[in-house]
Amino acid sequence: MPVRQSYLAHVKAQAAAAKEKKAAFGPDIDLARYTEHIERGKIESLENLPTQAREAAIMTGISLEEEERAGSFLQVDQSVVYESLNKAYEGQLEIMSTTDALEKYDWLEEYFWKSVPVDQDKYTAQAALNMTHGYFIRVFAHQKPQYPVQSCLLVAENYISQNVHNIIIVEEGAELQVITGCTLSKSEAEGIHLGISEFYVKRGGKLFFTMIHNWADNFHVRPRTWAVVEEEGSFVSNYVLLKPVKSIQAFPVAYLKGDRASAKFNTVVYGLKDSFIDLGSRIILEGRETRGESVARTIAAGESTIYSRGDLVARTKEYCVAHLDCRGIVLSPRANIYAIPQLVSAGAMKAELSHEASIGPIAEEQVEYLMSRGISRDDAISVITSGFLNLDIPYIPEFLDRSIKEVIRATSEEAL
Amino acid sequence: MEVMLKVEDLWVSVEERQVLKGVNFSMDYGEINVLFGPNGAGKTTFMMTLMGFPKYTVNQGRIYFKGADITRYDLYERAKLGLGISFQRPPTVRGVTLQKMIDIIAQNGSDDAHIKEKVEQLNLAGHLQRGLNDGFSGGEMKRSELLQLMVQRPELVLIDEPESGVDIENISLVGQAINSLLGRDKVKDPKRGAIIITHTGYILDFVNADRGYIVFDGVFMCRGNPRDILGEVKKHGYRRCAECR
Repeated sequence: MPVRQSYLAHVKAQAAAAKEKKAAFGPDIDLARYTEHIERGKIESLENLPTQAREAAIMTGISLEEEERAGSFLQVDQSVVYESLNKAYEGQLEIMSTTDALEKYDWLEEYFWKSVPVDQDKYTAQAALNMTHGYFIRVFAHQKPQYPVQSCLLVAENYISQNVHNIIIVEEGAELQVITGCTLSKSEAEGIHLGISEFYVKRGGKLFFTMIHNWADNFHVRPRTWAVVEEEGSFVSNYVLLKPVKSIQAFPVAYLKGDRASAKFNTVVYGLKDSFIDLGSRIILEGRETRGESVARTIAAGESTIYSRGDLVARTKEYCVAHLDCRGIVLSPRANIYAIPQLVSAGAMKAELSHEASIGPIAEEQVEYLMSRGISRDDAISVITSGFLNLDIPYIPEFLDRSIKEVIRATSEEAL
Repeated sequence: MEVMLKVEDLWVSVEERQVLKGVNFSMDYGEINVLFGPNGAGKTTFMMTLMGFPKYTVNQGRIYFKGADITRYDLYERAKLGLGISFQRPPTVRGVTLQKMIDIIAQNGSDDAHIKEKVEQLNLAGHLQRGLNDGFSGGEMKRSELLQLMVQRPELVLIDEPESGVDIENISLVGQAINSLLGRDKVKDPKRGAIIITHTGYILDFVNADRGYIVFDGVFMCRGNPRDILGEVKKHGYRRCAECR
């Protein structure tokens, strides 16, 4: 049974009212520039992708052979071109496009546009009015697939507005790892990616979500993410951005609704060229004994501008604890970092909220220390910046980890 | 024996303050030299200048190491040539683990079995995955420094106050490790030399030093048996140095 038409009409009506509403943060984008629409056919295997698309997908952690993956989802521009579920995991989880899921499950009304506000700004409105698929992943109660699900949202053409709506549901007691790569197959492409992500972690469930963004100089990105975590549930989000982007603005929210729920955000950003990057995380602690942690490591090189935001909002009258750790290194005289931590206790008299934020250069003392051990200056800086970014993120393939470190090393040398 | 290090009329300033005022010094391969002297006399400045830290400005004089004039070499070039240093207070480098540091230094050819043995000798297995010097105690810092040097294997080791901040239990471990680093625990390594700064002289219980010097007000004043010098210093302090000057 599909989701009620009346509900979908209601969502669209709300979206229509917000069509011109500017976002609270980030430069305003003229969405009228991005009107191209390209339909693509399905492919039989990820290995059948064109060379450029294959390379782009690999760089975001996608395994074309699908080895050690529970399932795969690939969208190119506005079309879902590939979806698969490893046979070993049938009955444990399901993967399909959100469009198909809306046709299949009437109960999806309880999740679709239920956490991210459809009228938040013009970007959520655009994603609702002109939705172009996105993935739906549901792991059934108490199932714990050994390997991650991989998804890749790829833009291949100019002037595309890719408006995906992703939904992940982790049922009670289940666990899921997801790797999502968002990327371009043409480095000069101009366009925008609007990604609505609504994640629901049920009682005792765990979701480990890793997102790797590889964009380019002329591309805008406006993700809108909420994770709703129920009692004793856990949400871990790893986000990596190590390529230039025209502008990106996102402020994902973990809403710890249930008692003893927890959330952790790890954000790793390398600002390059004239990238405008406005990223953060917000953890809302509503259940008692909830726990949150947000760690951000940012390096600003070239003429980049980075806003690194972090909000911890305590709303429970019972004990809760959260910490924000936000550090930045400015590598260039033309680069800027703004670290903006915010702690809010809304009558939460037992809440313990804390933050540490710092911005500084690479400590010369540390560079000299490494040099005295026979490490060249460039290598020393690379080792220190790599260590600073601390890319010890689980479930990132080894080759990708190596590739990320190589990018950091090369950029460090360039920045000198 | 062949000269390993030669310093001629070395004048060094730190942040525009003249610290070394015409130091002349020479040592052969395989020699262990100990520097005594009051705080602020210039011992650490001498060591940091030999290693090539840019904060220490050479105003005059030359430094020759293994026959090469290294006065204008940078830190990296000197380390590559065979100089190594154990810091009195090394900086904390969060995010770079001791293991990572060892792996990078080991690219010079140190083998895994050698490293494993040294890690065990220095009781540092539990520290390998921690950030460099992050929350390390005084003794742990010294042991970590010595481990890195054992992997780096410099020909001339500069050791700044190996006993400072180290508890009694660790002093013996540190002393034995220095002996091992200098190749003095088995058969004497004829090539490896050291300059050690000490205030207490405890290190002399473990390391058989060849020569001692007193550094006073930016110059090297006395040269002799290190135990004799230590005895004199313990008896009279450095008052006589001022008179001698």
